[in-house]
Amino acid sequence: MNRAAQIIIPIALGIAVLAAWQFLVRFYGVPHYVLPAPSDIWVAFLENFSSLMASLWTTLSITLIAMALAFAGSVLLAILFLQSRIIETALYPYAVILQVTPVIAIAPLILIWVGLERIDTALLILAWIVAFFPLFANTLLGLKSADHNLADLFRLYGASRWQLLWKLQLPTALPNMLAGARISGGLALIGTVVAEFAAGSGTATGLGWRIVEAGNRLEIAKMFAALALLSIAGIAIFFSLSLLEYWLLRRWHESALKRQI
Amino acid sequence: MPLLTLSHVSKSFDNGVAALSDVDLRVAAGEFVSLLGPSGCGKSTALRLIAQLLKPSSGEIAFPNGRPPTGFVFQEPTLMPWADALTNARLPLDLEHKNGKEADERAARALARVGLAGFERAYPRELSGGMKMRVSIARAIAGAPKLLLMDEPFAALDELTRQSLNDDLLKLWREDGLTVIFVTHSVFESTYLSSRVVVMTPRPGRVAVDIAIAQPGNRDASYRLTPEFSANAAKVSAALREAMT
Repeated sequence: MNRAAQIIIPIALGIAVLAAWQFLVRFYGVPHYVLPAPSDIWVAFLENFSSLMASLWTTLSITLIAMALAFAGSVLLAILFLQSRIIETALYPYAVILQVTPVIAIAPLILIWVGLERIDTALLILAWIVAFFPLFANTLLGLKSADHNLADLFRLYGASRWQLLWKLQLPTALPNMLAGARISGGLALIGTVVAEFAAGSGTATGLGWRIVEAGNRLEIAKMFAALALLSIAGIAIFFSLSLLEYWLLRRWHESALKRQI
Repeated sequence: MPLLTLSHVSKSFDNGVAALSDVDLRVAAGEFVSLLGPSGCGKSTALRLIAQLLKPSSGEIAFPNGRPPTGFVFQEPTLMPWADALTNARLPLDLEHKNGKEADERAARALARVGLAGFERAYPRELSGGMKMRVSIARAIAGAPKLLLMDEPFAALDELTRQSLNDDLLKLWREDGLTVIFVTHSVFESTYLSSRVVVMTPRPGRVAVDIAIAQPGNRDASYRLTPEFSANAAKVSAALREAMT
């Protein structure tokens, strides 16, 4: 299948579904508070454009900061684990606990501790918790995957720990770090929205809260509009990270290579 | 005075495998010594002990004139896939904090000496198996070693590439006055290359025989067809068969 077809086929399907949706809603006279037609959603989007965009910005900025902090934190902790078996043995179970506890269950506690008046900080912490582990686990795996013979060669030439880390372990881990970042990027967005849901009324101003608010008012078209924006934000994060991955690995990594045979 | 001596060196691993037992070996500067033996005779272990990547369980490894700068070539090219040929070859210099233009020039010269001039910016994935091994050798000589340790470096290559790398290696050995310790399980390769073939017995590895080989100054493809070469290979082969039993 050629590239044009790969783009055109899903888009054609999307347009067909939207057209069928529009037609069926109008044909059967489905009430807008049950299922709005795509045109109603578009109108709701335009009517609420400024508030939705402000909410998108709130959610997106928290997500991006959480991703950046998760990246920094996970790489630093993975390096620390690599340097000391004792630290790894002591801390690894707690890193796992952080991962397996559902964020929705921790959210109320974090919200109380941080305080509803500093809701952005609470959301940031919750998004960070969700985004942290995939990045951390992948980075640690990558750091430990350095070629043993190359590591021996570094030792033979009297390399310092810093040189070993910088010139061998981190480059080895790069593909894993990027794979982790792609997972964490999506999770950070989910974490932010879930935390907004948990935070409840009157405090959060992100897209998650817009959905709750619109739902309470039975503004289903606006809910759909907010939902569509969230999907677009998620897709944008995913593609940006995929692009970054391709750009960083294209010269050398198997995953970025086009097969010649 | 020898460059290095192994006296009563034994090595057992934590899992109880005795890799080497009571090995004595003296290597003089400028020698080309092959360690020949079947798989599992501890040849690679001996090489790693000499490189001080492993510690002997007992016995002593000494460098009477001090530890010489050492290069190591593995069976696999063992290159950094994210770095081009020049950066790979420059590794020993980078790790000694010798950066800048001079290091680049030395690495480029090392690449040129193994026939890879013009491939400085090529990534390992763009190179054939033989070319990758050439980068690996360039990396080893870029650090200007006196001692070159090679662990079955050509075992995974096709016969023609192998013979051409054999000749290139001999040229480097002669020009740089290197001391080479070369692990192999090929009778012909060791006979062709070495001034001495040390035949080892399997499990645990011991030195069975130490065969000095009188080599002509110039070796090339035609030398492989001479009666002298055949006679030497027959001698080494017989010694290896004896060591196996």
